[in-house]
Amino acid sequence: MDGGEKMKIMNMVNAINDALDIKLKEDRNTIVYGQDVGVEGGVFRVTEGLQKKYGNDRVFDTPLAESGIVGTAVGMSVAGLRPVVEIQFSGFVYPAFNQIISHAARMRNRSRGRYQTPIVIRMPYGGGINALEHHSESMEALFGHIPGVKVVIPSSPHDAKGMLISAVESNDTIIFMEPKRIYRAIKQEVSEDKYSIPLGKANIISQGTDVTLVAYGAMIREAQKAMILAKEAGISVELIDLRSIYPIDRDTIANSVKKTGRIITVTESPKSFGVASEITQVVNEDAFLYLEAPPKRITGFDTIVPLPKGEHHYMISPEKIFYDIEKTVKF
Amino acid sequence: MFKEYNPIQDKLFRIIDDDGMIINKEWMPELSDEQIVNAYKEMLFARTADLQIVSYQRQGRIYTYPPNYGQEAISGATGAVMREDDWLVPAFREMGAYLAKGATLKELFLYFMGYEDGSLFKDAKNILPISVPIASQLVHATGIGYEIKYNNKDQVVFAFVGDGGTSEGDFHEALNFAGTWKVPVIFIVQNNQYGISTPFSVQTASENIAIKSVAYGIEGIMVDGNDYFAMYAALKNAAKRTGEGNGPVLVEAVTYRKGAHTTSDDPTKYRTKEEEEEWDKKDPLKRLKAYLIDKKLWSEKEEERVIPQYKKEIDSQFEEAENYPESSLDDVFQFMYDEMPEDLQKQKVEQEKFLTWMEERK
Repeated sequence: MDGGEKMKIMNMVNAINDALDIKLKEDRNTIVYGQDVGVEGGVFRVTEGLQKKYGNDRVFDTPLAESGIVGTAVGMSVAGLRPVVEIQFSGFVYPAFNQIISHAARMRNRSRGRYQTPIVIRMPYGGGINALEHHSESMEALFGHIPGVKVVIPSSPHDAKGMLISAVESNDTIIFMEPKRIYRAIKQEVSEDKYSIPLGKANIISQGTDVTLVAYGAMIREAQKAMILAKEAGISVELIDLRSIYPIDRDTIANSVKKTGRIITVTESPKSFGVASEITQVVNEDAFLYLEAPPKRITGFDTIVPLPKGEHHYMISPEKIFYDIEKTVKF
Repeated sequence: MFKEYNPIQDKLFRIIDDDGMIINKEWMPELSDEQIVNAYKEMLFARTADLQIVSYQRQGRIYTYPPNYGQEAISGATGAVMREDDWLVPAFREMGAYLAKGATLKELFLYFMGYEDGSLFKDAKNILPISVPIASQLVHATGIGYEIKYNNKDQVVFAFVGDGGTSEGDFHEALNFAGTWKVPVIFIVQNNQYGISTPFSVQTASENIAIKSVAYGIEGIMVDGNDYFAMYAALKNAAKRTGEGNGPVLVEAVTYRKGAHTTSDDPTKYRTKEEEEEWDKKDPLKRLKAYLIDKKLWSEKEEERVIPQYKKEIDSQFEEAENYPESSLDDVFQFMYDEMPEDLQKQKVEQEKFLTWMEERK
């Protein structure tokens, strides 16, 4: 860090707000909108204070309609604006799915490069907050399967700020999924200056030699807790924060497995056809001969996420991760 | 105009009758004889092209094609009202409007032959590509309208959809957002009575489509879409109104799809000959031609003279399209992202290796 840098304690909500603030200040084409993001500052207060600062035509509330929100962003971006839209919860994004998959993801290709759709679609996702139905899912794999968009998930305030700035500056449509369980749970020193973290690259959080643990979003914190248990058991874990669901950072994963010979992926999403399956196949293709144990997927079940009283059955605990670390290392 | 033709009264805005005689002088637009003759010629060109294309399709020289015939006055009037900077947001049955915007017939041919470059509309300013998913493009029009308002530009968006599209949720979302944002967008519904085989009566219990504007708090008007003058006057008025910051306008153009939905469709399965003949009486070209002949601005002889010229022109653009270079692997990959992700590059390289292997195997 250079000497002039000013640091501030931020949680993820503060960090995202700070990133939006920087981009709104810097570029008049940046527009922030969605349901309740203006006057109220968002149901999680992520956009708090921005409307007051930048005016009603740059930060505003919309009718309650997800397809309208994303579809108008397609039009705005084609005409030259850079909309950052909020979907209140990822569980309500499905009415906008057609706009994402049929238009935002295809407009550059369809128009042969004439138009682009630099849109950021922010949405809180994931479980563990005792929420109503439809407020706990982790459906990142659905988006990862769409050719033409990128999907990223931060795991810390620092990452959230730097990745969001990159997302807003990208000329592609970025699905920016925010792990709401750790919106306020993690605080850390974050630079108040502008910085960006490149999208598409994973982050090796800690080096290790016995097993590679890949996670992202709120699962990083659970993985870190599991690593303490592993350390006590004398197991050295290499923890990788995937950061980007698509594109997936094949090299970082494969290189790690070449070193450790073992891989476990942790996601809080359904097991089948998911990110963990994709990572397993990356390892099969790029590091197959280095494997000393079958790649392991620690995920939710292929079930609906239970309501709060039953959610513990579904959620992944540090003990569960440690249980599989031990089994994989002893295989 | 919008007060006089309040859609709640289910009143159809017309200027000429089925025989081309002026029945509504008050709203007759100020157009020179030359402009009117040109309008007719453009419509005639579009119809001639449509007929040619359907025959190319039958010869297996082009894939599925959705003909425009019967609806030429709507696209023609739109083309005449649109200014260079205005935006055109197409559905897929507005040939005359694309051509007026500067797209070429050759590009349309390329599109329906299956070339990606057919979506380029290289020399047409501010036009979106053809949109196959129904009604979702209307929301883009609203977004473009927001940009126009945000940057205080002197532009209007002309967005198209069919009667079937008005049943989609995005129709509602587009008009609702546009109404609250007061953006300069004209939503043009080509009510051609059918969504493939589904008649208008199955789409909605509304008396007409224009009436839906009332619920959105915006202006709406039901226009005889087969009456060139009525379409021109309505769009001209709508453009002025919306361009002056009064919010979007819904224009229902009542028309009839004389042809099939696409070349894959067979209308004899779901509609009668009697119905078709009834609508033939209201044909937009027939009516404008009758007006012109009455005013001695056009003749059968003139028509016989220009049609072969048009056919020649259409054939020559078609042949150019047929000689277009083959699609390359680059075409598939190059516009997916601003910069191609590494993984995608690898997928391309893998395919190239396979192609080299195929080449060497010969």
